[in-house]
Amino acid sequence: MQLGKRAGLRSGKPMRDVFGEALLSLAQENPRVVVLDGDLGNSTKADMVRKAFPERYFNIGIAESNLVGIGAGLESCGLIPFLTSFSSFLLCNAYDQIRLAVAMSNANIKILGSHGGITLGKDGPTQMGIEDLALVGGMPTMVILVASDPTIMHKIVHGSAQHTGPVFIRSSRVVMPFIYPEDNCPFTIGKANVVKNGDDLTIIACGIMVASALDAASELAEEGIEARVLDLHTLRPLDKETLLRCARDTGAVVCAEEHLLHGGMGANVARLIAESHPVPMRFVGLRDTYTDSADPADLLVKYHLTSQDIILAAHQALNAKEKIS
Amino acid sequence: MVEHTYDKGEWTSITRDLRLDILEMTTRAGSGHPSSSFSAVEIVTALYFGGVMRYRSHDPHWPERDRFILSKGHAAPLLYAALSRAGYFPHSMLEKLREIDSPVQGHPVKDMLPGVESTNGSLGQGLSFGLGCVLGGRLTGKDFHAFVLMGDGECQEGQVWEAAMAASHFKANRLIGIIDYNKYQECGPIDREMALEPLRAKWEAFGWRVEEVGGHDTEAVISKLQRLRKEPEKPGLLIAHTVKGKGVSFVEADYIFHGRALSPEQAAKARKEITSCS
Ligand SMILES: Cc1ncc(C[n+]2csc(CCOP(=O)(O)OP(=O)(O)O)c2C)c(N)n1
Ligand SMILES: [Mg+2]
Repeated sequence: MQLGKRAGLRSGKPMRDVFGEALLSLAQENPRVVVLDGDLGNSTKADMVRKAFPERYFNIGIAESNLVGIGAGLESCGLIPFLTSFSSFLLCNAYDQIRLAVAMSNANIKILGSHGGITLGKDGPTQMGIEDLALVGGMPTMVILVASDPTIMHKIVHGSAQHTGPVFIRSSRVVMPFIYPEDNCPFTIGKANVVKNGDDLTIIACGIMVASALDAASELAEEGIEARVLDLHTLRPLDKETLLRCARDTGAVVCAEEHLLHGGMGANVARLIAESHPVPMRFVGLRDTYTDSADPADLLVKYHLTSQDIILAAHQALNAKEKIS
Repeated sequence: MVEHTYDKGEWTSITRDLRLDILEMTTRAGSGHPSSSFSAVEIVTALYFGGVMRYRSHDPHWPERDRFILSKGHAAPLLYAALSRAGYFPHSMLEKLREIDSPVQGHPVKDMLPGVESTNGSLGQGLSFGLGCVLGGRLTGKDFHAFVLMGDGECQEGQVWEAAMAASHFKANRLIGIIDYNKYQECGPIDREMALEPLRAKWEAFGWRVEEVGGHDTEAVISKLQRLRKEPEKPGLLIAHTVKGKGVSFVEADYIFHGRALSPEQAAKARKEITSCS
């Protein structure tokens, strides 16, 4: 599996390595950054900080509720805690603790949910975060960020620390290609990035699906269809202005996400578009199912999360658009 | 240190005033947890008015302050009454408990009122928060203590024991837990619903230094807490044996009063009992 191959994207790095490097560079810059780990630092790569700054690194053990509470206590002393684990373990084990101590308290805490989506692959559904974005969606004060490439992961980690308040960062385990140049990319919380221009329809994606959307757009271009591709790296606050402009300009939208369709990115984009400028929409994502454990590439095919699925959805959306006009 | 130190003679008048505040607030609001609040009046008096905690009510975010975490957040009326009498905000605010547009929330929400350190009301979460405070103090070069008040029923939550394990692992000697051991939870007596005993042995097995006390003897509570403050290595736990509803005979006698405000008639009787006992 090589995401972004069709679109000619350069191969990147495993996102957890990128996260670990970004967190380490942030910890070097900012002495207030502390890291809490739920005994997964070697998987999330948060442990890069452990080696450099052992006094600012706490392995709380396999106790996510306690991890969140301790993080909140540290925050109350003016520190900036990064709570790190798999997104499924943090959100499913410690939802109420995050709700009270982070979200309701408007605490300046950053949460890394690693191994989001299904592409952790062979460890199977107990480890996967297919509902994480819906769960954090239930916390009204939480900024929600999804990383789509190595460059933006650096920006997200540093940007989250500059923002005062609760932030959730979702990452996936896989190698993500470079969507942006290696040294820089635009990143403002709440401001979506147009990563490819086009006026026939808009593909709105987050996480690994941005690369697949670019693959799909390359194939569509060969058919003479010019798709605009949006990297929606911030799910809260939603970039209403850009989303509505895309709906207005292109008249058809496909949403693609590595998440359940129920309560995910597409559902929230659809609400916004339906409210202000309805256009035909189609959705690529998990349809009310858990997955099995297998190679990530096989899972993406089986559960219809590939560039081919995006192309299919694009044709459907374009057909619907034609019927209207 | 505390701006105003109170002497022994004043404690009974403080505990009486706090009970009256709790009674008036919850009766006025028509809801709340008066019996759970009455239970811990002497404990909170010891902390705020017995010289155990250092704080500056005019500077609620003073970095050196000791932290008080009301993990049994449903005793919020007691916390608010104590904070107002300690000078954090005007006493008249107490009338706004549970009203629209008021910061005097049904359960504590962090920073909604000066002196409210954390968001509580879902039981089991405060000890972790207190531990985080102590670790944060260590990192930032502050030597404050964190005091966490828990219910006995609350100790049925798994997170309490996660925090208990971690606190002794981190040798968090500036963390002091207090259990309001009133032997009742919401639906009945603890030993019938979900037994906790041997409670002391459990905490000791988790590596804590444990003291026990009669929880309505303010002076004894103070001296035990002062002793735990001096512990050089282990986190400290005070098991305070209390009576749920303490101070109002008919509330003491029936756990059914958990989570219920008194009717105006019951409140009149209660007011008389509280006022006459001093
Ligand atoms: C997680 C959670 N579950 C249930 C409740 C509802 N509840 C509020 S008070 C209470 C009983 C608490 O008993 P205890 O800890 O002994 O406190 P007491 O009122 O006796 O001081 C319950 C079950 C809650 N607040 N939080
Ligand atoms: Mg009790």
